[in-house]
Amino acid sequence: MSYGCNTGGTHYVFADMRTLLARASPDRAGDHLAGLAAESGEERVAARMALADLPLARFLDDPLVPYEADEVTRLILDTHDCQAFAPIAAMTAGEFRDFLLSDEATSETLACIAPGIAPEMAAAVSKLMRNQDLIAVAKKISVVTRFRTTIGLPGRLCVRIQPNHPADELAGIGASILDGLMYGCGDACIGINPASDSAKHVLALLERIEELRLRFEIPVQSCVLAHVTTTMRVMERGGPVDLVFQSIAGSEAANRAFGVNLALLDEAHQAVKSLHRAPPGANLMYFETGQGAALSAQAHHGVDQQTMEARAYAVARRYAPLLVNTVVGFIGPEYLYDGKEILRAGLEDHFCGKLMGLPMGADVCYTNHAEADQDDMDNLLTLLCVAGCNYIMGVPGADDIMLGYQSTSYHDALYARSVLGLRPAPEFEAWLKAFGIMDAKSRVRPSLSGGAARLLAAAPR
Amino acid sequence: MTLPPGDFWDYLRRATPARIALGRVGDGLPTARVLEFELAHARARDAAKANLDPAALIAGLAAWRPVLVRSEAKDRATFLQRPDLGRRLAENCAEKLAPGSFDATIVIADGLSAGAVQAQAAPLCKILLAAPNCVFAPPVVAIQGRVALGDDIAARQGATLAVVLIGERPGLSSCDGMGAYITFDPKPGVTKDAERNCVSNIGGHGLSLDEAGRRILAIMALARTIRRTGTCLKEDEALDLLLPAPGTLNQIA
Repeated sequence: MSYGCNTGGTHYVFADMRTLLARASPDRAGDHLAGLAAESGEERVAARMALADLPLARFLDDPLVPYEADEVTRLILDTHDCQAFAPIAAMTAGEFRDFLLSDEATSETLACIAPGIAPEMAAAVSKLMRNQDLIAVAKKISVVTRFRTTIGLPGRLCVRIQPNHPADELAGIGASILDGLMYGCGDACIGINPASDSAKHVLALLERIEELRLRFEIPVQSCVLAHVTTTMRVMERGGPVDLVFQSIAGSEAANRAFGVNLALLDEAHQAVKSLHRAPPGANLMYFETGQGAALSAQAHHGVDQQTMEARAYAVARRYAPLLVNTVVGFIGPEYLYDGKEILRAGLEDHFCGKLMGLPMGADVCYTNHAEADQDDMDNLLTLLCVAGCNYIMGVPGADDIMLGYQSTSYHDALYARSVLGLRPAPEFEAWLKAFGIMDAKSRVRPSLSGGAARLLAAAPR
Repeated sequence: MTLPPGDFWDYLRRATPARIALGRVGDGLPTARVLEFELAHARARDAAKANLDPAALIAGLAAWRPVLVRSEAKDRATFLQRPDLGRRLAENCAEKLAPGSFDATIVIADGLSAGAVQAQAAPLCKILLAAPNCVFAPPVVAIQGRVALGDDIAARQGATLAVVLIGERPGLSSCDGMGAYITFDPKPGVTKDAERNCVSNIGGHGLSLDEAGRRILAIMALARTIRRTGTCLKEDEALDLLLPAPGTLNQIA
């Protein structure tokens, strides 16, 4: 079915819902690469006008990717919560935006409707929102998850220590972990991207962090971000796996390019649950996503990259994860060209994920072939933290020496907490104070005496 | 410009090239550290924009009669914005690739860091070409190339395995990282990234060329046995099948 809009001069026709959503999307490189972007500014606004009049329920009747061909579509439709959807079922996308901004949409209301929001609905309404709308609504939503720390509480900002090393050397990774702890980071997790996807290496890394955690009673969870099949091997060998990690995307074919499907993720989720390392009810999965992943695998089915990204959140939602973050600028300028596109995408991803009930964090980042720099990261970091982002990355000096890109640093985390009055996760904050890393005014100012010195003594001098 | 004193754990910097123990002014970075970062970023940006000098690479591999090809991306700016063009062979290049029957082909592509490939691809290529029991096609140097360009090249040369040595995204601490992507029975336009094995961070602060060569050859050997690459082939198992490296037994004893 086609959709039309008369702007007063020209009558625009959009052949199908995919086209309508793509043309309504803010300008970005990946949609141009895919040949899906609006051809003029006026066409883009015309698409938004038509989209604003589209009933939300239409997204359930007219799937963007065929039901028969795609297990992500089947997941979205088969698990859609009609009861949660009921209060918004009669709204158009435009009315949904107005409702989200209204006083009626309280934190409680938004939590109740989250399971009824299909990814395409979240993507559609985001295309009608300005940056401040994406921030204002996300700010009202609180998605709290738990393992050894509590993540996502209002007024808190957690940080993943990302202590990568180009050759996976234990001493080097350990040094970066200690540095991160001394800067008050690590409450989201200690998460290492391994240079080699080897179960033996992963096991060695996890065992070393486990030793450190137990010895100093640090309330953290650890994760080596290897492929899910590698982590399953580590679990078979009895390794101390807290979290199962996997990169995911918004179509069955795109997930196939990542070497996963829902059955495999189900199996991994069952396996990590059976380890019983966490308190009952804890969240045990960690997912990363990013706009452009489906297109880069030629698995986007003619759908714009922002909508495909929201569909990945439907995959994540199935597993009640502890952590989900968009790696927003990692994919490169073919998909998000410059600082402006990265900033917009970061706010969209955070909003859509939160709206769907996910504990969204963000890897605020860019590569050296994108038109972006640290100033752009400062802007996005600040805006995301205003919006209530659950966690960010802590990379030493913002420079990931293994993956070759720039993210946010331990210093950036201190800045964000300081200017916005945000604190670490409560369990971790108590530990920082007990170890003399955080002072009485809740500033990170490690003292030479006490626990901090003992912690540092764990590394050879 | 003198660096300010770092944190009192700055001795940890010896353990890693990562930017740790940088010191603080309030919660922020000291001036010298900010400028140090800006310098590294400027250099990395320059590296990403640099072009490959194919003549020097070809001269280094002259004994193996290397072939020079280009992708459809005509220049650096196009390459950066159109990955689809970087995966396709330019039309006039197909005829340069003589069809045959080979166990493997090595493709050297600039990717995102021409400098990394310029400095390290030829010596690594020689290590691989010296492998016994493997018949290699003439090596190929590809300009403005992405990983999947190797699929097309291998298919045209009639090679069962594609080994693509390619420049990785330049980082701040090292602009000279190279990756090796190994693909069994590559099919242009069909082969997915999960069907490849990768040895990354070759050179610079990462793997030595000898160690990278050892790992790549191990993966190639196992790939030829199980006739697959990708997530089903684990590097551990490949390395376990190798004979112990010289000196290893002594170290254990």
